[in-house]
Amino acid sequence: MDRLSLLVWVPVITMIVISFFKDPKKVRLIAAAGMAVQLVQIILLMLAFFAERQAGNDAEMLFFKDIAWYSNLNIHYTVGIDGISLSLILLTGIVIFTGVFASWEITDRAQEFFITLILLATGVFGFFISLDLFTMFLFYELAVIPMYLLIGIWGSGPKEYSAMKLTLMLMGASALLLVGLLGIYFNSAPDGGPLTFNYIEISKIHLPEAVQYFFFPLTFVGFGVLAALYPFHTWSPDGHASAPTAVSMLHAGVLMKLGGYGALRIAVMLMPQAAHEMAWIFIILATIGAVYGALGAIAQKDLKYINAYSSVSHLGLILFATLIFNQVAFEGAVLQMISHGLITALFFALIGMIYSRTHTRNIYEMGGIMKVMPVLGTAYMVAGFASLGLPGFSAFVAEMTIFVGSFQNSALFVRVATILVISSIVITAVYILRAAAIMLYGPLRKQEFELLPDARWYDKVAVFILIGAIAGMGMFPNWLAEMIYTDFTPMFNRFIAN
Amino acid sequence: METATLLMMRNELSLLIVILLLLLVELFAGQGKRIPYIATGLFLVHTLLGFWPLPEGTLFGGMFRSSPLITIIKSVLNTGVLMLFMQAGSYLQKDSNRGKITEYYILTLATLLGMYFMISAGDFLMFYLGLELATIPLAALVAYNLSQMKSIEAGAKFILLAALASGIMLFGISLIYGATGSVYFADLAEQLQLSPMLFAALAFFLTGLGFKISLVPFHFWTADVYEGAPTSVAAYLSVISKGAAVFVLITLLFTVFEPLFAAWEILIYLMAVLTITIGNLFALRQQNMQRFLAFSSIAQAGFILLGVIAGTQYGMSTVIYFLLVYIFSNLGAFGVAAIVYNSSGKINIDDYRGFYQTNPKLSLVMLLSLFSLAGIPPVAGFFGKFFLFAAAAEKGYYWLVLIAVVNTIISLYYYLRVVRAMFLDRSEEPIGRIHSDVLTRLALAISVAGIVLAGVFSQVFDWIYTVSWGM
Repeated sequence: MDRLSLLVWVPVITMIVISFFKDPKKVRLIAAAGMAVQLVQIILLMLAFFAERQAGNDAEMLFFKDIAWYSNLNIHYTVGIDGISLSLILLTGIVIFTGVFASWEITDRAQEFFITLILLATGVFGFFISLDLFTMFLFYELAVIPMYLLIGIWGSGPKEYSAMKLTLMLMGASALLLVGLLGIYFNSAPDGGPLTFNYIEISKIHLPEAVQYFFFPLTFVGFGVLAALYPFHTWSPDGHASAPTAVSMLHAGVLMKLGGYGALRIAVMLMPQAAHEMAWIFIILATIGAVYGALGAIAQKDLKYINAYSSVSHLGLILFATLIFNQVAFEGAVLQMISHGLITALFFALIGMIYSRTHTRNIYEMGGIMKVMPVLGTAYMVAGFASLGLPGFSAFVAEMTIFVGSFQNSALFVRVATILVISSIVITAVYILRAAAIMLYGPLRKQEFELLPDARWYDKVAVFILIGAIAGMGMFPNWLAEMIYTDFTPMFNRFIAN
Repeated sequence: METATLLMMRNELSLLIVILLLLLVELFAGQGKRIPYIATGLFLVHTLLGFWPLPEGTLFGGMFRSSPLITIIKSVLNTGVLMLFMQAGSYLQKDSNRGKITEYYILTLATLLGMYFMISAGDFLMFYLGLELATIPLAALVAYNLSQMKSIEAGAKFILLAALASGIMLFGISLIYGATGSVYFADLAEQLQLSPMLFAALAFFLTGLGFKISLVPFHFWTADVYEGAPTSVAAYLSVISKGAAVFVLITLLFTVFEPLFAAWEILIYLMAVLTITIGNLFALRQQNMQRFLAFSSIAQAGFILLGVIAGTQYGMSTVIYFLLVYIFSNLGAFGVAAIVYNSSGKINIDDYRGFYQTNPKLSLVMLLSLFSLAGIPPVAGFFGKFFLFAAAAEKGYYWLVLIAVVNTIISLYYYLRVVRAMFLDRSEEPIGRIHSDVLTRLALAISVAGIVLAGVFSQVFDWIYTVSWGM
């Protein structure tokens, strides 16, 4: 068993063990233990990764493993990681671990809940380690489909509608993606020779121009829908608002990054010409997404909707950065994925905790929450400051990198777009502070809120780990940024050469 | 003729022996409730014998052919029928079926024998004979529920339309004979050339097979007949009968009609688009489980055409692989629907509300089967669909693939409707706990194993690939 496949097997084994227990208390303990093993494993993997790099191993993908699977289509089970996928794996590990603690109070069909939740995470881990487009696509769909059950069964509000909408839109995107991937595959050997699904191999060759123009939009939109590309973002607010806490965390925190990661690694990197030619369309859409999402968040009263629109806005930023085509901006896109993943997971965790106490998510029905729940309230403020880009937190690092990158591009069009995108950061400050002020400060709106308990130990585990990660990344961004930047080099050189 | 050459027909002979033995069993065992077990046991022996590989060769001057691929197809059909027999036992033991249990088995096996001959046919006469033998007993099976008007109506509808379709097909065959003076597949492949008359012949011929596969626009009988027929007969129609016809379609198009590729390419393309789209759109609004599965099976047939149109060895192997997976998936779904209907009389999708609360295992079987039909990983249906799409994409039919994948999303909606009823909705009066018998549970277990394993283990596909061939 190779090291990377363990990332898939540990969740699978956890699911199998859970399936033998019915008692919610045991189930959540097993889930927590399994995900703790997973997190420790990821940290060990990181250390091993650094050791390899220190030792001078500059292969593009480390811990590479290749098993032939379906020989006719040259499908392989190929895994390997570089700094980019590794940092996203770490993000996933943190979010799913804290997600289990955020779901501590689930008692209704707990067994099924944790199995489905971990199944989702399995898909995500598998996606990030895959170097083969086929297995990547397989894991992508594996990560999407549990959402239907998770939202539909354990969600709130118009959950059945939201679950169906989300599933159909995301699967519709994957339909486009499927055509795109097949198109890439069947053109992956323009000079003859065996076709391949391995995207590292494909990035080394030059796909015919006509092919690129047909399949780039399919692939970019296919991944873009998952990253809430305007105007295909409409699944996101409804889906997030109806989803149970841990699912919102995972979904906004990690799953949407699959979209950004794929758009960058597959669509842009494999089809550079078409990306260059068509970038303007998607830059416009991403800019609209960033600004529109932020404006949308101002208009919302429901905490989850605020955060969902905020995700649309921040994901717009990521997509924007993938279309600037310089190494700094690409690095910024990945940093933003991680930063937004952590911050939004924290937000959704806190919203879930507050909602489970007050039974409302409407900010106007709350007020003075800080007095009764100082820990949760403070954590919410921290998340807010992090989200609006205060130095010392992760978002500052990520957003700075993106804008430094995008200002290196001197085209007037990009300049204008950059300024518009930056304006969305300003709007972010407005909606974050507005929501926090109304909800946390002022007099208590309802007397019965006075008796509400503050964070319990399992809430604190989730919250503190996430805050620690956000602050850690904000204060010591170098090792992460450097790892991502260096590992982008080979990919970027091929990108320029093509 | 030597015995050794006659053994080329071993599968047919052993099936015939099973049928004859069943007649004797009826004589001696009366109408006991043991008959399902005896019949299933006998058929199990036949199925196991069928796995014995057969050499390539012909009999009766080329009328009857045998090849490794044909043997595999027969074994695939056998496996499906065996699973069906295992599921049908408890239904047949009901009091209302007293006095006609053996008929069910004999009629089913007679149609299977017809399909064997159809698959093995080396000329159009043998083919037509097999087709008729495969169709006429089916009409009797559809009308098996004599006490229900719906069942009898379905039987009448089926036989009338089947007669019409085979009449048109026979006309097509006669045109081919008129143009070339031969009915032997081997001769025809060399003599056919595209002409208006042969185009008409091809279209008429496709009508006949299109009826059996229920391709749009020859699908009108499907929903009514599936609804009226007993569940196990509907399942038989949707997997075994359809599977055999698809196989014949693909072999004939790849051999006899190969020179007419330019003509059948257009026809198959159009039928694929229509079948997938119309099957899906009609499935959206169905309430009755059997009608729902009928339209779903129409749509599935449309997807299969993507592998047919590719015309390659890879295309053929994807079709056969998909059929195999489809048999497992559809028998899983039909199996659960049959259990529910036979024990509670409920057949509407709304009746499945809260099914998970009372019958978690059956719900999971249904879930996996539906996911496999919808093409969701990691179950085998995903691989089946992906390969079909890849086969079409390889030949550059990207627009067709795009239409097909968009349709898979529509289909996902209606498959999820059932999932939603079972898992999401809660009901005050869910279907009570159901205890099914051992054989049924075993059949469902085989379905699930097939659904899960056929995708993960690439050997299944590779094995099919090695025996397939292209144009």
